[in-house]
Amino acid sequence: MIPDLIAQLAQMAVVLALAPLLTGLVRKVKARIQRRRGPPLIQPYRDLKRLLSKEAVVAENASWLFRVAPYVVFACTWVAAALVPTFATNLLFSWSGDLIVITALLASARVAQALAGLDVGTSFGGIGASRDVMFATLAEPAMVMIVFCVALIAGSTKLSTIAEYMASGQVGLRVSLALALVALLIVALAENARIPVDNPATHLELTMVHEAMVLEYSGRHLAMIDLAASLKLLVYVSVIICIFLPFGIAVSGAGPLAYLSGVGAWVVKLAAGGVVLGIFEMSIAKMRVFRVPNFLGAALMLALLGLLLLFVSRGM
Amino acid sequence: MPGLHYDIAHMLAGSLVLVSLMMLYQVRLTALLHVLALHAFVLAASVGWQAYIQQSPHLYITAAIALVFKGILVPVVLRRMIFRMGVHREIETAVSIGLTMLAGIALVALSLQVMLPVTAAVDPIAREDLALALSVVLIGLLMMVTRRNAVSQVVGFMSLENGINLAATGARGMPLVVEISVAFSILIAFIVIGIFLFRIRERFDTVDVGALDQFRGGRS
Amino acid sequence: MTIVLTVILGLVVLAILGVVTARLQAGRMLVYGGCLVLCLALLVAGIEALAAPVAGLSLPIGLSLPIGLPMTGTQLRLDPLSGFFLALTGLGGAGASLFAIGYGRHEEEPWRVLPFYPLFLAGMTLAILADDAFAFLFGWEAMSLASWALVMTHHQEHGNARAAYIYLLMAVFSGLTLLLGFGVLAAGGGGYGFEAIRAHPPTGGVAATVLVIALIGAGAKAGLMPLHVWLPLAHPAAPSHVSALMSGVMTKVAIYGFIRIVFDLVGGAPAWFAVIVLVLGGITAVMGVLHAMMERDLKRLLAYSTVENIGIIFVALGLALAFKANGVTAGATLALTAALFHALNHTVFKSLLFFGAGAVLHATGERNMEKLGGLIHRMPRSSAAMLVGCLAIAALPPLNGFASEWLLFQAILLRPDLPQWGLKFSIPVAGALLALAAALAGACFVRAYGIIWLGRPRTIAAEQARETDPLSVIAMVVFAALCLLGGIFPGVVIDAVAPLVQGLTGARMERQLQDAWLTVAPISTARSSYNGLLIFLFVLGSASLTAFAVHRLASRGVRKAPPWDCGFPDPSPATQYTGDSFAQPVRRVFGAIVFRSHETVDMPEPGDNRPARMTKVTHDVVWETLYAPLAGLVGRIGTVMNRMQFLTIRRYLSFVFAALIVLLLVLAVRQ
Repeated sequence: MIPDLIAQLAQMAVVLALAPLLTGLVRKVKARIQRRRGPPLIQPYRDLKRLLSKEAVVAENASWLFRVAPYVVFACTWVAAALVPTFATNLLFSWSGDLIVITALLASARVAQALAGLDVGTSFGGIGASRDVMFATLAEPAMVMIVFCVALIAGSTKLSTIAEYMASGQVGLRVSLALALVALLIVALAENARIPVDNPATHLELTMVHEAMVLEYSGRHLAMIDLAASLKLLVYVSVIICIFLPFGIAVSGAGPLAYLSGVGAWVVKLAAGGVVLGIFEMSIAKMRVFRVPNFLGAALMLALLGLLLLFVSRGM
Repeated sequence: MPGLHYDIAHMLAGSLVLVSLMMLYQVRLTALLHVLALHAFVLAASVGWQAYIQQSPHLYITAAIALVFKGILVPVVLRRMIFRMGVHREIETAVSIGLTMLAGIALVALSLQVMLPVTAAVDPIAREDLALALSVVLIGLLMMVTRRNAVSQVVGFMSLENGINLAATGARGMPLVVEISVAFSILIAFIVIGIFLFRIRERFDTVDVGALDQFRGGRS
Repeated sequence: MTIVLTVILGLVVLAILGVVTARLQAGRMLVYGGCLVLCLALLVAGIEALAAPVAGLSLPIGLSLPIGLPMTGTQLRLDPLSGFFLALTGLGGAGASLFAIGYGRHEEEPWRVLPFYPLFLAGMTLAILADDAFAFLFGWEAMSLASWALVMTHHQEHGNARAAYIYLLMAVFSGLTLLLGFGVLAAGGGGYGFEAIRAHPPTGGVAATVLVIALIGAGAKAGLMPLHVWLPLAHPAAPSHVSALMSGVMTKVAIYGFIRIVFDLVGGAPAWFAVIVLVLGGITAVMGVLHAMMERDLKRLLAYSTVENIGIIFVALGLALAFKANGVTAGATLALTAALFHALNHTVFKSLLFFGAGAVLHATGERNMEKLGGLIHRMPRSSAAMLVGCLAIAALPPLNGFASEWLLFQAILLRPDLPQWGLKFSIPVAGALLALAAALAGACFVRAYGIIWLGRPRTIAAEQARETDPLSVIAMVVFAALCLLGGIFPGVVIDAVAPLVQGLTGARMERQLQDAWLTVAPISTARSSYNGLLIFLFVLGSASLTAFAVHRLASRGVRKAPPWDCGFPDPSPATQYTGDSFAQPVRRVFGAIVFRSHETVDMPEPGDNRPARMTKVTHDVVWETLYAPLAGLVGRIGTVMNRMQFLTIRRYLSFVFAALIVLLLVLAVRQ
């Protein structure tokens, strides 16, 4: 009970502390590939600090929803992050929500943000929100299908059980898991507004999706949204790690050394994920908006195919 | 460790289906050719793995043929062709990509439904391989009917042939002679199609089969 | 039992009173207040019947009345299944009546509503309580006719008469189909009483016929594709509280009819039938929500969303049938629980949303979302309640819509190894369709809420909207609270329906309320668990903690300024995104297939100063391919038959004579 509680609290603190660093790392990698020096790794922390200390400029006709939404977005993402086993599987509250709940919590965050985008009644908020929900209509079912695939193999939708099962090495190579992995990578790119789906660094209005939606935000509200975005990236990378590369994760009953090595392994894998993401983003061009449905549709189809294979043959 | 053997064989066959679906997803001809090369590489790996687990060395030759001819030679030649013809930009699709992908999934489901029950007695590795191979063949056919561009029809044809190869090697005991003759007949078919493409292009300025249709004789 | 009978009688009396007092102010209070009390009694009686096995009462309670068909009489029966649906009717009816006490004030012709509203409720109650085919169909038809009259309330408005006509046609179709089905059922065991039918359940081809008929008859009333066409026409045409009843409760009575016939009277179905139900349900869910996404009229949007939710419930029922056919009782139990839970949830949030639509309609006189906007500033209380409803129907945690869909997903994952090939494919596909429908519902209700309640007002009417009357607001707030309670205490509902599900599938779910922290674990804790309460507290806690910390430690200054909008804010509200433009990306993605939609852009040449135009064309494929040809055929036959009106008496006589000869010939040949 006590170690579980400590693991849970440590996890909540660590994800929050590391999320901006991961974003900084991706930016750094991208900058180095472009032969720029790039901002230092801790720049996202500085940005957050600067934004937090500024006053918030709120549009005159904004409602209460506009001011509440950033905190809701952040809280939903943070709770989702707290449920993902990152370095240890024995989180105290891991039973309060499974992978479907995590997906749905992230969906709640998205809905809150889209509503806030519509609140002021500007055209950019509308364009961002409508495109974002269009992506979601394909990315969310794809994610649910991926969850189904993984859950059928591991016999549970609980992420901690899945991680333990995958780490035990009795899975082997599965066609359906490979399909699910490809689909999950696509979904993760889309959900985090990365290139080829959306460009997190763009300032050209008509190409923005996520950035257009949060255009009216400033000060502490923007800080919350940025932090939530970093956290969401960390959640997705951690989910991928937890399902497909859970090696080194500390299981319940492990000694303190196992926790330390679990943290170490997770941080290394996270950094590797950040570097790969940076390289990938630099090696591909952004898609036109109406090419994205095909991209996400492919993810949905692949995950569905994996699920079909599982229903048809237990061996795949 | 037979479990791992099976798993890797399935994995490679499954990857072949995945690459086939990737082919359906492509919009640009050059990208399509890269995927075709990838398709052949995966096939070569799959055949090579079958050679290893069945311990039949002649399959290594098949794998080598797949690697050299289909993985390198054919894509390179096709690539030079499309650049010389100047059609390397876009494929026009007759049906939208999403719908084609959906049809592709349905075809995979269909081939599983057809293959798995009738082959219940066969050993499991061949069984699922056969089902996957059939779906590669069907997706190749689908590609040929949903694309207007003659080059992408050729690509569909090549991937279809890869599916046949996969089925043949999975089923144990296709003689090498048959394999080589099939490979050569495909090569000849490929050369003939290539020559035709050039002739068509010189004559009519397009390789869009929809546009070619209007030159067909014998229609009222 | 006596309570329920009293309620039915009381409702009939109220209907008569409604005729008498319709023109008085007090008449409204009397009828709706009476309905509220009676519905609350119904709710209590239903819950009592549900809890009876636990409380030690003996169920079912049967009652035979000497009216109705000769030889059969009228049989009534209160068992847990009817108890659940009675409670649901009571809940929906009570909410609608409470809302109507305030809302009904704005009705211009109350005498068109007041007599039929209690009759509608009485019909539904009788259909649920009936234990023989005659009483069931009597209640069913009373429900249909009373609701038809209510749809005709505003018959002068454009399109309403047509909607009511189509509704009547489909209701007659559904009633006749069920009549046929009961006929087939009765033929097997001798008798229209459900008891007799239960004693001689049909088998083989007869059972198959009955199942298909039940699916068509109940599906037509529930709004299953492709029999849904009346629903988006009729539900919006009625006054809003009646729309809430029709969408929230009447469709559930149809679901009740389906469950009663298929699970109880026939006692299960073969696997092929489960495949049909699963696939139809999945398609209904996705098509319904896609139509809702394209809709501009708020009430029609809600009606299409009802179609979606009916699809979800049918998927759950199909899953239960599939498991039952293979003897997987745990799976059947889970799926049926999910179906009932979702039915209850849908009653709650759909009633809430229709109340909100009524409030908007009353405040602005508009149902078209392109003419609304910014209502959150002018109707703060009802817009907060509506936000809860929109989030609940979008299946977001921690609200109730998510809890039931989560259960359904768990049921899908339970047993992938069913032997039938049809099920091996249709279950995952139905799962994918459900996930797609849930995501689309999220998009649809972001659009509905964002365009209507957020942004800037698009017309004067929207700008001058006022908060609706307090009683209506109370009704909305109560239902919003129920959405939250259902989401954070799902175990209560699951435990409550457990005895009823046990009666139909033979197994009961583990008691959920005994788990620590009220966690829901449908199979076992190792497999999956969900705790809505904790999730709610976590989100609430971390949001408020963060807000507190940020305000305390960082900054709390706020400056009001004009919107930024990338430096070009335009004061005209026409520059906002509209409902159509919000739906455009989704229409581009799905519309080409589902609606055969296409856009044409008319861009004038440079120098030409006529405005550029963009037109979109969408088709209702089901209507055009199924109903329009049918209607055309009927029309053509009618034209041909019309000639028979103008014949001479000699010709008519020769027709009669020819018919007689033909019948005699048939008789001769048969012998």
